[in-house]
Amino acid sequence: MTKRLGVSRRVLLGFVPWIGVVAVWYGIRASGYINLSLIPAPHQVAAKFVELVLHEGLLFDVYASARRVLLGVVMGILAAVPVGFLLGWYRSARTLADPMINFFRALPPIALIPLVIVYFGVDETAKLVILFYAAFFSGVIVMYEGVSQITPLYIRVARTLGADEFEIFRKVIIPLTLPHILTALRVALGVTWATLVASELIAAQRGLGAMIQNASTYFLLDTIYVGIICIGCVALVMDTGLRWLSAHLLAWQERTTA
Amino acid sequence: MVCPVSASKPPLARFEHVSLSFETPNGVLKVLDDVSYEISEGEFVSIIGPSGCGKTTMMNMLAGFQKPTAGSVTFDGAPILGPGPERGVIFQDYGVFPWLTVKDNIAFGLKLKANHVSIKEHNDICAHYLALMGLSDFANSYPKHLSGGMRQRLAIARAYAVKPKFLLMDEPFGALDAQTRLNMQNLLLQVLGAEGKTVMLITHSVDEAIYLSSRIIVVTARPARIKRIIDVAFPYPRQEAIQELAEFGEIRKIVRELVMSEYQAQQAQGSVRFSE
Repeated sequence: MTKRLGVSRRVLLGFVPWIGVVAVWYGIRASGYINLSLIPAPHQVAAKFVELVLHEGLLFDVYASARRVLLGVVMGILAAVPVGFLLGWYRSARTLADPMINFFRALPPIALIPLVIVYFGVDETAKLVILFYAAFFSGVIVMYEGVSQITPLYIRVARTLGADEFEIFRKVIIPLTLPHILTALRVALGVTWATLVASELIAAQRGLGAMIQNASTYFLLDTIYVGIICIGCVALVMDTGLRWLSAHLLAWQERTTA
Repeated sequence: MVCPVSASKPPLARFEHVSLSFETPNGVLKVLDDVSYEISEGEFVSIIGPSGCGKTTMMNMLAGFQKPTAGSVTFDGAPILGPGPERGVIFQDYGVFPWLTVKDNIAFGLKLKANHVSIKEHNDICAHYLALMGLSDFANSYPKHLSGGMRQRLAIARAYAVKPKFLLMDEPFGALDAQTRLNMQNLLLQVLGAEGKTVMLITHSVDEAIYLSSRIIVVTARPARIKRIIDVAFPYPRQEAIQELAEFGEIRKIVRELVMSEYQAQQAQGSVRFSE
């Protein structure tokens, strides 16, 4: 526990590199090598942010995107946990499903967009299908890799103490699976945010991805920057929340959950 | 040498003409060959022999993890169908549950339906074993904060808490340093004195076997057969000082020679012996 810094100290330290990023950003503009109209200044982006919040309902775009991501991740992980668990637990199931899982996992969700439009239309459902797909396949892999590495020793120990099958599942397998569920959630969250912009290619009215695409049509670089920064910030907040949750649920783990 | 006091009691565990062999691509691998012995209530029996000879296999059979291909293993007069709380097992690599605190590890068995322990008793039993194993200060710590010796003490406490009739230990102190190992042996003798359990210990250490056991079974290199059964007549409770006695030295010499000849036999045959 010697290395633990105060929370305020850590937040401050995490902030330092960003000051550097802003400095470099201004520096590039000042260097004169790049056409200034191609790089809006940080303060211009900040002003645009305020403008978008006040007049264009930016917060609603944030909400629309965050909602899609959360729904996609929750549904994807709800499906990935039992499937990943079965694949990890039963070697024969893994042999059977492994090539198929890896086939579908290798497909970039963007490549599926035309088909998704054909089968699911252009509504909210279509976007969720893409995000579900991204979350499910990234989550399944993490789950089954994790579950297949659970040592049988603890199950043996529980048996010798008198545990029946149900007690082994509830008191040994669930606690051992929980870390993998949380890791799957984190990985899926990352992949799903990465897929968000693509999913909002499908005739989205609102959402950060839609905003970025509309802005690119009209070459509104400052709006694009605002959109990108918003995606990063919301993703960071969600990831921090998950890490906090992991740290509390998995206080027993040898390694700290970074 | 005097016979152990427990000799008159009925056998608790019994191996009758037990053999085990596996089909492998290279032929039939014989692990156990016609092994017969009995362990009576109150006895402390050590199994000693070359590594990989099938000692752990015997323990797995008594624990209920493995069935013999011939012969029978019975406990309390009944064939063993699977693991059960009346046969406690201390595993080589402890197996303490990392996700539970020290106290919850001990309580794990108490909370299982099979053991019928009322919730009122939980705290008393936990407190008793926490104190006995010197873990009271760590009751609410996770195992990651414990040393190897403490984890082993926790594993023993957890096994004892469900009051097994029989304790199976598979090289429990193998991973500990010499001093911790001696402390653990003394603690085990002390606990056994207080609780009175029947024990089967798998070990590589001749001194450990003599110091702890009332009987030592020396087994041969694979396939494991019983080479010799040696009674160790020092009365319990035992003190470290008995290790300095001439009689201890004599037994040590006998056991060591038996074990050494089997190690050499194992070297000569290679690590695995196949028969067509």
